Amino acid sequence: MTKALVSVPKAAKRGDIVDIRAMIAHPMETGYRMGANGVAIPRRIITRFVCTYGGGEVFAADFSPAVSANPFVSFSLRAAESGPVGFAWTDDQGETVTASAEIAVS
Amino acid sequence: MLRPTASLIAIALLATPVAAQAPLPFEPRSGRDFMAPETQAMQADDASNPGMLWVLQGAELWDRKAGRSNQSCAGCHGEAASMRGVAARYPALDPASGKPIDLAGRINQCRAERQDAPSLARESDEMLALATFVAHQSRGLPIAPPTEPGLDPFRETGRQIFTTRMGQLDLACANCHDDHWQGRLAGSAVTQAHPTAYPIYRLEWQGVGSLQRRMRNCMVGVRAQPFAAGSDELVALELYLMQRAAGMALETPGVRP
Repeated sequence: MTKALVSVPKAAKRGDIVDIRAMIAHPMETGYRMGANGVAIPRRIITRFVCTYGGGEVFAADFSPAVSANPFVSFSLRAAESGPVGFAWTDDQGETVTASAEIAVS
Repeated sequence: MLRPTASLIAIALLATPVAAQAPLPFEPRSGRDFMAPETQAMQADDASNPGMLWVLQGAELWDRKAGRSNQSCAGCHGEAASMRGVAARYPALDPASGKPIDLAGRINQCRAERQDAPSLARESDEMLALATFVAHQSRGLPIAPPTEPGLDPFRETGRQIFTTRMGQLDLACANCHDDHWQGRLAGSAVTQAHPTAYPIYRLEWQGVGSLQRRMRNCMVGVRAQPFAAGSDELVALELYLMQRAAGMALETPGVRP
């Protein structure tokens, strides 16, 4: 189950500061827990989150095992141009999940 | 002089159907009202409510064909909007068995009989996603338990379980949730135990879980042997809790600490 929910305002004025929110379904298994019969549950976490906008990286974060399951990230952007806001989550198995949303800047 | 009084009480007891529970001695309040404002805000905003991830997955499963019949839920039920109001009246009477059946049980029954697909485990992501998705369609509707008299004995069983002391701590559900709901237990609000937001995203679980998981959790808390998931006892308890919360608005997917 890999699902992402992103929230980007549909429209904004140029120069506005807009709130961006992104959430993804991910177990964020720390690697420190024991499963049945004391077998260690292997670590599986998202290590990097990147947001791209206007042809460049505008926000990025490195996640650690302390980050909760289904991590939620909220940050601000300055609306500069219409176009897609892209999101990418990469986990330590190299798997990348992407999502995107359009913003119209007037 | 005692005699007429006693017989009047007996008549009153006979005349009162079991379903017509005495109203709660307090104003019903959803568990949401006991939460911190931050957690309430998390539930109120669909873009920050992690339960919506399960709703999203449920929407996908709704349209996905499954089993040997190669049918999806949407194949028979059509748009998910047709499920509006369903979660508000479950558990409902299953005419085939004459027993109440909860939403998860009904989903598995549909899978077995209509889709010819293997059952989903109760706490599996798929089952929780489908149940959350179906219950989400009824968000905002008042809980409206069915009135069939056939359910009354099961509701009474549920009430008895709710009020029977159990476990090493020798506590009944009612000892906390009827008598001390205003109090706190180890820093957490006790609450009135209304099943208004299930399946819930519980921050402690870091995931979505069912009402039955929550009830089993409570039973472990009073150090009792929990009833098996999907057992008649837990469904009866669900039935009683829904009756107890009749008229309260559904919030699925709820967020709880």
